[in-house]
Amino acid sequence: MESIAQLLQKIPKYDGLPEMLQALIPIIVSSIVIFALLALAVLFMVWLERKVSAHIQDRLGPMVVGGWHGWAQTIADALKLLLKEDIVPESVDRVLFKMAPFIVFLGAFAAFVVLPFGASSFVTDLNIGILYIVAVSSLSVIGIIMAGWASNNKYSLYGSMRAAAQVISYEIPAAVAIMTVVIYVGSLSMVEIVRAQEGGFLNWFLFRNPFLFLAFIVYFIASLAEVNRTPFDLPEAESELVAGYHTEYSGMRFAFFFLAEYANMFLVSSVAATLFLGGWTAPFSILQFIPGPVVFFVKALVLIFIQMWMRWSLPRLRVDQLMYINWKVLLPISFALILGAGWMAIL
Amino acid sequence: MLTYFRNIGQGILTIVNSMAVASRHLFKPSVTLQYPKEKWAMPERSRMRLHNKVEDCIGCGQCARTCPTDCILVKTEKRGKEEPPVFAADGTAKKLRTYVFDIDMALCCYCGLCTFACPTQCLVMTGDYEYSVYSIDEHIYHFAKEKPLIPAGSKEQSPSKG
Ligand code: SF4
Ligand code: SF4
Repeated sequence: MESIAQLLQKIPKYDGLPEMLQALIPIIVSSIVIFALLALAVLFMVWLERKVSAHIQDRLGPMVVGGWHGWAQTIADALKLLLKEDIVPESVDRVLFKMAPFIVFLGAFAAFVVLPFGASSFVTDLNIGILYIVAVSSLSVIGIIMAGWASNNKYSLYGSMRAAAQVISYEIPAAVAIMTVVIYVGSLSMVEIVRAQEGGFLNWFLFRNPFLFLAFIVYFIASLAEVNRTPFDLPEAESELVAGYHTEYSGMRFAFFFLAEYANMFLVSSVAATLFLGGWTAPFSILQFIPGPVVFFVKALVLIFIQMWMRWSLPRLRVDQLMYINWKVLLPISFALILGAGWMAIL
Repeated sequence: MLTYFRNIGQGILTIVNSMAVASRHLFKPSVTLQYPKEKWAMPERSRMRLHNKVEDCIGCGQCARTCPTDCILVKTEKRGKEEPPVFAADGTAKKLRTYVFDIDMALCCYCGLCTFACPTQCLVMTGDYEYSVYSIDEHIYHFAKEKPLIPAGSKEQSPSKG
């Protein structure tokens, strides 16, 4: 909250406001800023995803709206979704049904609080930052279960059950992979983790040693499963479950699920960029002049692009394969990695 | 144990392979045609919208007779003796006045038989394939320009079946 709080201090007569407001306003302002940035990033990512998918399939994707390569297509779609009628089916559990999309989104949104976009541009630097992210991002699975249960639809329930099984199991290898980094930094604070990687790309944890490199791959795969991206998109498998847990949703509530999905993608990419790719630090010392947030966004975007690339080249896994990969492959490997990384750290 | 590691290796190889294939396609020129802006050049003699150059039509009604879907309606009358003779572009005398020449393009099956039957080659298929309309009635094209001399109710000479 540092930078925003400092900016607010410059407003005349700001000091004259009551204590309560002085504490509250920075929180509100920073959440609005993050929401706006997130919405923009998501609009861009949806456009990018359509373009990437189209070009991988030798198509062009949206080309008309807005002129240049249909850049305004997602804006038009978002407006359409917001203006649509909000349909709540007869026999749903109304309270849970209406609440679920926002809880799913909240899980992604709250985690952005501790992401360090630049050396001084972050909302707050918790000393348990990464732990907080792991904890808060599993909140969205509760929303997904709520959506599936409240929809009173077997496909929704199947989807949310799958989501629960998948997210909870893949959280373990992801968290263990995160621990390998924490061993080296000795701190859970996101800012400290980035500080430990300053000074060129050879200092990034990705290239420190082979154990960390593998840990990055384990984290990347596990994070794909956590955000329900193909090849782990079983909770919303179109060919089996109509649309999974958001089958019954439409209009603005559907838009929130969509927003949450892409926000989660952005979140796991940013976490991977922070933990393994040096966050806001430039890869070469000559590139030092580029502002931190730009470097950070580029790194996150590269990872997002890889996620999309994987999505459009791999088919979906079966449920048993999903569990096999987690419990029999990723988990043993991540435990071996944490041992190896610990051994390297002691050396 | 060995199969376990072999499976993992195979899985990684498969992923790398499929992503390589995907990346090759990413930079391939796309096959999409931006339709309203770009169009395919239609092959010569492709069968699309019909057009009758009615100045050359002698009103013989061959087209209506040959049409398998009965979608052409031709109504003609004899020109009077005292009228100046009219000729089609190829020199055939237009002894009949064609005062109705309707084609229902919604019924047409694009067989092209009428264009073969036409002795003066005035009924042709054009290259135009974008002629959707809001009402199906607009698909009936009225080509005739001349008005009948004989007042309505008198004997008609219609070779048309329709
Ligand atoms: S193309 Fe065939 S169906 Fe169409 S008007 Fe000519 S003869 Fe009739
Ligand atoms: S066959 Fe040709 S000349 Fe004869 S009525 Fe039809 S369009 Fe006219």
